[in-house]
Amino acid sequence: MSLSTVLFYLFAVVAVGGAAVVVFANRLIHAVFALLFAFFGVAGLYLFLNADFIAASQVLIYVGGILVLMLFGVMLTTRIYDMRLMAERVQFKPSVIVVGAGFAMLAAVILKTPWPVIDKPDSISTAKTIGSLLMTDYVLPFEVVGVLLLAALLGASMLSSRDGEEEEGDL
Amino acid sequence: MALHPIGLEHFLIVAALLFSMGILAVATRRNAVSVLMGVELILNAANLNLVAFARYTDSGIEGHVFAIFVIVLAAAEAAVALAIVLNIYRNHQQVNVDQMSTLRG
Repeated sequence: MSLSTVLFYLFAVVAVGGAAVVVFANRLIHAVFALLFAFFGVAGLYLFLNADFIAASQVLIYVGGILVLMLFGVMLTTRIYDMRLMAERVQFKPSVIVVGAGFAMLAAVILKTPWPVIDKPDSISTAKTIGSLLMTDYVLPFEVVGVLLLAALLGASMLSSRDGEEEEGDL
Repeated sequence: MALHPIGLEHFLIVAALLFSMGILAVATRRNAVSVLMGVELILNAANLNLVAFARYTDSGIEGHVFAIFVIVLAAAEAAVALAIVLNIYRNHQQVNVDQMSTLRG
């Protein structure tokens, strides 16, 4: 096995193992920190696919932003010092059966389909191409996403402001 | 599945595993933040597929652009959803999704 193969399996195991801990962990806080490993594993897989810009965005936005947000969400909404706090599960067995069947179907399709794989030369950096595409072909989605982010920012801060106009349900 | 040359199928299988884990988290967890984590796993799996197809097939680099958009949408979704979860916790003192059967606050 070459080094790149070893690295691929390392990243894949980190990603899928982190995801498995997210699903099966008993403590909610363990699930959040396992999500960190899952995101880092996926970032490594992006590097493996020559997607340097996506990998950097993954680390910056997912690990630096979304994961911290999730941590805040867990710590603000559950009693983290309560050691009996378990992340309870519902309808576990039927879900495992259905998801297992779905995964088997996906895997069968993936392995049976003759994908039109071509040999591509490794590009040095994708950031320049992505930037020019965002400013030419995809400029409308780019602007729409900007407006959406602004709306999400305003909406989130308005929803979570404590002394807004909706004080009747407050403590 | 051949072991030595890492190909498109390897990435697709990893993405399918991540997707299945995300679906499991969404389906079995009671805590709303856990459900959100499952959604993030699903989006990551989709992103991995997009980037893998951009690398291994004759489709240019557009997959990367879509992946960027997906990441941005995931960030916006997480921010708004966590604000909603915090509001629900303030009103109900718990965030279990199976007890959120009313939207009356």
